[in-house]
Amino acid sequence: MFFAGIYGFLTRRNLITMLMSIELILNSVNINFVVFNRYFYPDQLQGHFFTLFIIAVAASEAAVAIAIIINIYRKFKTINVEDVNEMKY
Amino acid sequence: MEAISMNQIMFFLFAAIIVVCSILTVTSRRILRAATYLLFVLISTAGLYFMLNFQFLAAVQLTLYAGGIVVLIIFSILLTSHINQKFEAVEWKKSLFSALATIAGVIITLTTVLNYSFQANSVAASEIDMDRIGTSLLSFERNGFVLPFEVISILLLAAMIAAIVIAKKQTTKK
Repeated sequence: MFFAGIYGFLTRRNLITMLMSIELILNSVNINFVVFNRYFYPDQLQGHFFTLFIIAVAASEAAVAIAIIINIYRKFKTINVEDVNEMKY
Repeated sequence: MEAISMNQIMFFLFAAIIVVCSILTVTSRRILRAATYLLFVLISTAGLYFMLNFQFLAAVQLTLYAGGIVVLIIFSILLTSHINQKFEAVEWKKSLFSALATIAGVIITLTTVLNYSFQANSVAASEIDMDRIGTSLLSFERNGFVLPFEVISILLLAAMIAAIVIAKKQTTKK
């Protein structure tokens, strides 16, 4: 799943699909944290809290990224990565 | 010879759903279908958390990821592209090299994981209740998480303000 996310990040040129690939990567890391926490240290909760914080960071990151994407779309009328090649306006 | 328990059947079902749908997410050529596959992946991840007795985490996963982020992504898809729009196919060279890199990564990871002998700690599955989560989120003793908690709250506030500012800037300029 992690590598599926990386594959998507490498191959896709659309900004939203790149965002979805990032969600896949974060989610796979979350699963790893939770399972290791559950099976090796069941009396501690570190993995649990790390997963909670990762979910919060992912949510805020998605919000900001989507605001940027909509702004780029208004500016350039496209969301392909290659067509957006100027930063100054 | 032990029979395969119900738990294992459920685990393999969830794992199969996660793997297949995550591959479909990055290879599907219609963007809305990709978002739907992503939703399936997130929901079955929540199912895995339920199997591990992390009820609170599964609820957070369902509401925040499957409820919030996927709806946000679908909204932005509808705003920025047409529903039936298909991507042009990825160039085969790029696709080939990405696939090679990812398959090499998968092989390395799998050999490492399979060669390492984990010693599963089979303590009885203790229920993790909301009470314990709340107290250790706000305690500042050992195993307390008050500092990251505050940092994450500042981060959420900053992200909200940043999203509003970025989305608004264009209209005020004109």
